[in-house]
Amino acid sequence: MANAAVAPSRALKDQEKKLKRHLIKRDFSQNWPVYLMLVPVVAYFIIFHYLPMGGLAIAFEDFSFRSGFFGSQFVGFKHFENFFSSIYFGRLLSNTLILSAYGFLISFPLPIILALLLNEVRQPRFKKTVQTISYLPYFISVVVVVGILQDFTKSNGLLTQLVVALGGEGGNLLGKPEYFRALFIGSNVWAHIGYSSIIYISALSGIDQELYEAARIDGAGRWKQTLHVTLPGLAPTIIILFIMRLGEVMTLDYEKIILMYGPGTYSTADIIQTYVYRVGLVNGDYSYAAAVGLFNSIINFIVIFVANKISSKVSETSLW
Amino acid sequence: MGSRRTTGEKIFSIFNIIFLTLLSLVFILPVWHVLMASISDPDILQANSGLALRPWGQPTFGGYQFVLSNKNIIRAYGNTIVYVVGATAFSMFITILAAYGLSRKDLYFRKPLLFLLTFTMIFSGGLIPTYMVVKGVGMIDTMWALIIPGTVSVYNIIVMRTSFSTIPDGLLEAAKIDGAGHLRILLQVVLPVSKAVLAVIVMFYAIRNWNAWFNASIYLQKRRDLFPLQLSLREIILQTSNNSLVTESSDPGAIDRYRPLVKYSTIMISVLPMLVVYPFIQKYFVSGVMIGSIKG
Repeated sequence: MANAAVAPSRALKDQEKKLKRHLIKRDFSQNWPVYLMLVPVVAYFIIFHYLPMGGLAIAFEDFSFRSGFFGSQFVGFKHFENFFSSIYFGRLLSNTLILSAYGFLISFPLPIILALLLNEVRQPRFKKTVQTISYLPYFISVVVVVGILQDFTKSNGLLTQLVVALGGEGGNLLGKPEYFRALFIGSNVWAHIGYSSIIYISALSGIDQELYEAARIDGAGRWKQTLHVTLPGLAPTIIILFIMRLGEVMTLDYEKIILMYGPGTYSTADIIQTYVYRVGLVNGDYSYAAAVGLFNSIINFIVIFVANKISSKVSETSLW
Repeated sequence: MGSRRTTGEKIFSIFNIIFLTLLSLVFILPVWHVLMASISDPDILQANSGLALRPWGQPTFGGYQFVLSNKNIIRAYGNTIVYVVGATAFSMFITILAAYGLSRKDLYFRKPLLFLLTFTMIFSGGLIPTYMVVKGVGMIDTMWALIIPGTVSVYNIIVMRTSFSTIPDGLLEAAKIDGAGHLRILLQVVLPVSKAVLAVIVMFYAIRNWNAWFNASIYLQKRRDLFPLQLSLREIILQTSNNSLVTESSDPGAIDRYRPLVKYSTIMISVLPMLVVYPFIQKYFVSGVMIGSIKG
């Protein structure tokens, strides 16, 4: 290694390989307990994450439990073709993308705004109290959140009365497709805004106070300070979280949708994953559902990959 | 601060405080509504479905008496405790061992191992193949289905690993010189100095398992007696079915009478443990998010 400038010859490379193998062996014999400790996690992920990935092969066969994984007939891309040409494909894809996009546009900026507003509060105890209260919904289960939502959207529930007061029609809002997206995203914001703002609040408290001092000396008011000191200080956090959120575009909270939707609201509420659930686990059409699920996973993978590529170019912060 | 505040800034300040106060009410109000509805007169409650700022009619604890004497709900409550303790203990076991191994800088195959874990965050077999694996290993209709599959979180492993790797090398070296093996270093050096991160991760796992319902709904098919509370709640609240209420000893008259209250009382007993602990653990909550945000 001392004369690294000279290109290593083959013999040297072989020797290096041997040395490395020797070192690994020695480390195994000296530190075997560490490697043993990693056996459970590796086994766990192989069984419950990688076996299912291998199980995706059923997307290319006509799987039945009777013939088994290896005995079922291979059918190639039949299920994918069926899905792409089915009447549901367009609706499912657009519902997934629209719900995702709306969710993104609304639930991403709101925690930042909450953090900025809290940052302007000069009374530490008031700030702390509001913050603590804002975490409350995070501890409440989805089942209960949807239960309360159902209560508020009955024909004379609180939200329905509000809608009527604003000139809406009223009735049972959860049963109406045109309200589904607003209710889904609104209740998500209620449940997560406090939790999501934590990271911005911490980032805000990390901004150098001398920068504010300097801005004040230059004659900047609160608004100018926010614009020229606070927001630039928050930008790296915003960018990283923005990219992480991009990666979640295809992973909507389908468990919550299953609690909220019904045949009457499928036209806006049914997304790819809820369709997978219905077709696969309710109707037992495993192969077709696995194919649809695989389509969703691939799109998701591509989105994350592209988002990460862009981020490493734009901001030199990448997730891996 | 505040020596030269303009009128505009003062007005903003006032509106900001008013707005944040209203926002706090929005967070509290739904829970308050459930609490008040749960002690309302069932007949009046039946007729009113608006916001309950105070109990409708004469306050009564009949709903709670019904719920707490209902065998099915009590059993579901017990099941949930088993799932929370079991799944949290199992996940912590895997998470701690994985985090210790991966926090060692001299570990061979560290990169590929990390990749093995993080890859599952960006690509997954999905619902159907996972279901088939769980079925294949014979966990359907057993409690194991809610304790083992899908409970370990890669994110939590990475958070804990990041925290473990900030422990000074000197501390570990000293233990090694004293003749401690890896297991002893983990148990007697690493874990005692990592109480904060352990608390955070236990909390994240426990909250998640307490509130989970979906896996139970697909993995428990014939065993209603294994239902966790959230799944019974789903039947009571969202599917308005009496399946979770009717027992061989139950009085149908009482079910009909307290039906409107049962929903709210059951919600209250399900969120009560969370409401009691959350003000105390929310400070860990903040530090948990922060540890997680440090890129490891």
